Amino acid sequence: MADSRDEPLVLGIETSCDETGVGVVRGTTLLADAVASSVDEHARFGGVVPEVASRAHLEAMVPTIDRALKEAGVSARDLDGIAVTAGPGLAGALLVGVSAAKAYAYALGKPLYGVNHLASHICVDQLEHGALPEPTMALLVSGGHSSLLLSTDITADVRPLGSTIDDAAGEAFDKIARVLDLGFPGGPVIDRYAREGDPAAIAFPRGLTGPRDPVYDFSFSGLKTAVARWIEAKRAAGEEVPVRDVAASFQEAVVDVLTRKAVRACRDEGVDHLMIGGGVAANSRLRALAQERCEAAGIRLRVPRPKLCTDNGAMVAALGAEMVARGRAASDWDLSADSSLPVTDPHVPGTAAAHDHVHEVSKENLYS
Amino acid sequence: MLLLALDTATPAVTVALHDGTNVVASSSQVDARRHGELLLPAVDRVLAEAGLRLDAVTGIVAGIGPGPYTGLRVGLMTADTFGLALGVPVHGLCTLDGLAYASGLDGPFVVATDARRKEVYWARYKDRRTRATDPAVDRPGDLDVGHLPAVGAGALLYPATFPNAHEPEHVSAAALASLAAEKLARGEELEPPRPLYLRRPDAQVPKNYKVVTPK
Ligand SMILES: [Zn+2]
Repeated sequence: MADSRDEPLVLGIETSCDETGVGVVRGTTLLADAVASSVDEHARFGGVVPEVASRAHLEAMVPTIDRALKEAGVSARDLDGIAVTAGPGLAGALLVGVSAAKAYAYALGKPLYGVNHLASHICVDQLEHGALPEPTMALLVSGGHSSLLLSTDITADVRPLGSTIDDAAGEAFDKIARVLDLGFPGGPVIDRYAREGDPAAIAFPRGLTGPRDPVYDFSFSGLKTAVARWIEAKRAAGEEVPVRDVAASFQEAVVDVLTRKAVRACRDEGVDHLMIGGGVAANSRLRALAQERCEAAGIRLRVPRPKLCTDNGAMVAALGAEMVARGRAASDWDLSADSSLPVTDPHVPGTAAAHDHVHEVSKENLYS
Repeated sequence: MLLLALDTATPAVTVALHDGTNVVASSSQVDARRHGELLLPAVDRVLAEAGLRLDAVTGIVAGIGPGPYTGLRVGLMTADTFGLALGVPVHGLCTLDGLAYASGLDGPFVVATDARRKEVYWARYKDRRTRATDPAVDRPGDLDVGHLPAVGAGALLYPATFPNAHEPEHVSAAALASLAAEKLARGEELEPPRPLYLRRPDAQVPKNYKVVTPK
């Protein structure tokens, strides 16, 4: 590989949910990953409140950009581009990040890249394990998404194989934590209790695993209801709820289905790499079971460290850097925040005319 | 001095450049749903019209509302980030003050903008440069402003409360910039560029989870 200083230096901004993330990468090297989270402000509401998140993004943005640049030890004038999550996500929250990214790119005379949040979750693994194998199978699981995606080129071709037909996996964790009075967010606390419980104690249902069910789609709503009913029955009978066993058995039902379908997709498509990302990829049992099943199937598993799995700006910068490296078109100054940006659009290229304009601006660095 | 003023707290996306004496270029578009798309191209256009580049700007002035939050944040986030990238000060000005300044009125009057949900953002003024009350959000039916002149979309929308309503309907960055230039020339401090939401976020603390066992 060429001198790493020839690789694109990109700053990425992420505000699709409750984390204000600003990351800096050079090619596939992570230089900074600054995150300000408003999760504590949402905890008492038992879920993310969009307006609370948007207000927090506005306040946190400038300090977080500052922190990321300091952490990376680079100057804004040396950046080759600014990347930002254009969607999908919470509309008002996305708009704060998109506004910041546009203003920053324009003021610095740099190209702007509006990129897809889901493709960013996949691309972040380049910062951990080097260039993504092509094709890559990716299982993305978080409070907002549960999808199986196949990508042959993360900047241009992401194909959805399956996704949840009701709740996201992370949502199920939040809801069960609430039924068990364990607080919000539910993922980490369920994981902790489950470590001391028996995953085989209660046989909770595995959604969409019947012979006639869609092979790659997920469903966690039925499981959620079954677990809640089981707990309510215990309480109604005046019995103590075995929180650790419930947590372990519920978690096992989720990760069993996730890993089974992901490995099946790899086999069917002849893909020998599985990438897992999203907040739920921080779950210790998901990581362990995926490792076990991938090894058995001869599949190489790639899971980034937990901090890169949850929403962050480094993942956006990683995809932005790939866009620059592959010469993809920059976005226009009228880029929209698109809360339902399709997963099949890894980025939002500008129209040709305006694209020239971006280059015109970027040629003349205001500070040079 | 070269001030870049912008306001996105009302349906208008409005941008102006002011050289300390005059407005040298300006743009206003009314589209309540496209603040995010329209603002940056408008800045680019205004600069091009003046034959200047953004790095010539010595200060930013942003309307801080009150106004519908999603649009309001577009302007404030843009102003904040310009300030960071250019290393110039970012000032805030109450959006209602901009409307008041543009009204040309010199006796007492009120300014009211549309706060949606059948409410208005409003304040009383002694004259076009002097606000008499803090900006507030209220139902028009709960207000009694008599026959005082009133400007702004909120006044035009509720004639029963504001019988003497007239233009301007929306704030212009040109007015905001002129007011800011005047204040800065007098050595006055402007406001910090932080949003005036006036309402708390809509959010309910859940009492308990919904029981799923059928009764
Ligand atoms: Zn995510």
